[in-house]
Amino acid sequence: MIRLYDYDLSGNCYKVRLMLAILGLDYERKNVEFFPGKRHREPEFLAVNPLGQLPVLEDGDLRLTQSQAILTYLARAYDASGQWFPLDTPARTGQCLQWLGFADALTATASAARLADGMGFDFDGDAAREGAHKLFAVLDEHLWFHEREGHDWLVPGAAPTIADIACFPYVMLSEEGGIPREPFPAIRRWTDRVKRIPGFVVMPGIFPAILGSQ
Amino acid sequence: MSEQPDPFMLNQWFAISGLTDVGPTAKNTLLMGEKLSYRRAGDGFEVTTADGRTLPVLAQYACLWTSLGQPESGLFEIPQYHETDRRSIVAGSIGVNVSAQRGVENFLDMGHFPFVHTGILGELPHTEVKEYNVRLTEDGSEIIATECMFYQPMASTVSTEGMDVEYIYRVPHPTCSVLYKSSPLDEKRLDVIALFVQPIGPEKLRAHMVLSILDDVNADDFISHFQLHIFGQDKPILENQMPKRLPLDTRAETPIRADKSSIMYRRWLAAKGVTYGTIPAAA
Ligand SMILES: [Fe+2]
Repeated sequence: MIRLYDYDLSGNCYKVRLMLAILGLDYERKNVEFFPGKRHREPEFLAVNPLGQLPVLEDGDLRLTQSQAILTYLARAYDASGQWFPLDTPARTGQCLQWLGFADALTATASAARLADGMGFDFDGDAAREGAHKLFAVLDEHLWFHEREGHDWLVPGAAPTIADIACFPYVMLSEEGGIPREPFPAIRRWTDRVKRIPGFVVMPGIFPAILGSQ
Repeated sequence: MSEQPDPFMLNQWFAISGLTDVGPTAKNTLLMGEKLSYRRAGDGFEVTTADGRTLPVLAQYACLWTSLGQPESGLFEIPQYHETDRRSIVAGSIGVNVSAQRGVENFLDMGHFPFVHTGILGELPHTEVKEYNVRLTEDGSEIIATECMFYQPMASTVSTEGMDVEYIYRVPHPTCSVLYKSSPLDEKRLDVIALFVQPIGPEKLRAHMVLSILDDVNADDFISHFQLHIFGQDKPILENQMPKRLPLDTRAETPIRADKSSIMYRRWLAAKGVTYGTIPAAA
């Protein structure tokens, strides 16, 4: 069975849980207490990932780190339709990878601001917020023009891709880092669409499309 | 709006860290805008301000407490904390971008359980908050709400099925609340969940959650996981509060938002002259 080294409040772990749920895959969830226990810095977990980063996915003999790489693997291994990681045209593959890179930039900014504000990490929260604000402006503009051309998702095409799953968590958790989404209406419409993807699951800090539903 | 602590807030004790998080190397935090550093020193603890002033300290209820002023007395009592068969765990210290008093108000509110803690502390269609009692103690030092009954699908880490849970809330401090709830393990005893809120700024808090519970089954990290999961669900609700400071004029918000215990809490803060983290009622 697939095993996920996981932390409940991590957006990067959540995006893997979200993808696993959408693909309908069973998995074993191994909790590594990132906060407050800092168990990701202890020998037991460093033996799994010497960089001490979550999440880590194990599937048979394969052990993968880096959430964006894990999403790519899951889509290639378990999505027979080819929807989630598009290989149909070179442009769409490239665009998908571009937004996976954007997701890493969100981790460096919006996620860092959240860790500084919420969990007392010694990061420069203001610099992280400024960086996130620039990214959100780019994302909002991209989505706004895309909508006018009839596209709902980050990569042009009828269906969402792993790019949407990769970027969603730290956009949706931004207020925990003091970054409001109120000035970005196209982002808000896009996050509402992501919440309606069949199989969607939540994490603490992110509500379902209909409050009170499970 | 007040950016400086009022006398009542100035002279309170505030938790600034779980004791397990305090080591010999100094760490920094903020208390009502004042930059503090704290560390373990010899057998005790030391808290100093940026300009070198040494502040009073208390090590109690698994937390380190200090004050910017001169507290009149020690901390409020939590007798259950001393019972030897209980486990006490600092589940975590979490920062939230909202005032400390908004944090306490949310902690007192049961109405949000089915919508925010769906499947754990509540579920649809069980949305009714039944009639409960709320009063001020005779000496006026704390608020007590009793007979708060609520149906909970997973009341605690040892729950195996849904049950009607009884809550008792105490507010013995302007930014602290102690919650007692029926233990799924022993119907005659209550689990204790204390929320000690550190006002970082007028619109920013750090919540220290201390559990004193009957659970001989689960590991500390699972109990912490459960509590942080619930608190993580509250965060977006708290951070979307408008205004971020608690209005003390009880007519300022709709009756649904301001229920009985919230109204008494606001009146109590107003009577104590609390302006920090609040919006005082117009005279
Ligand atoms: Fe809550």
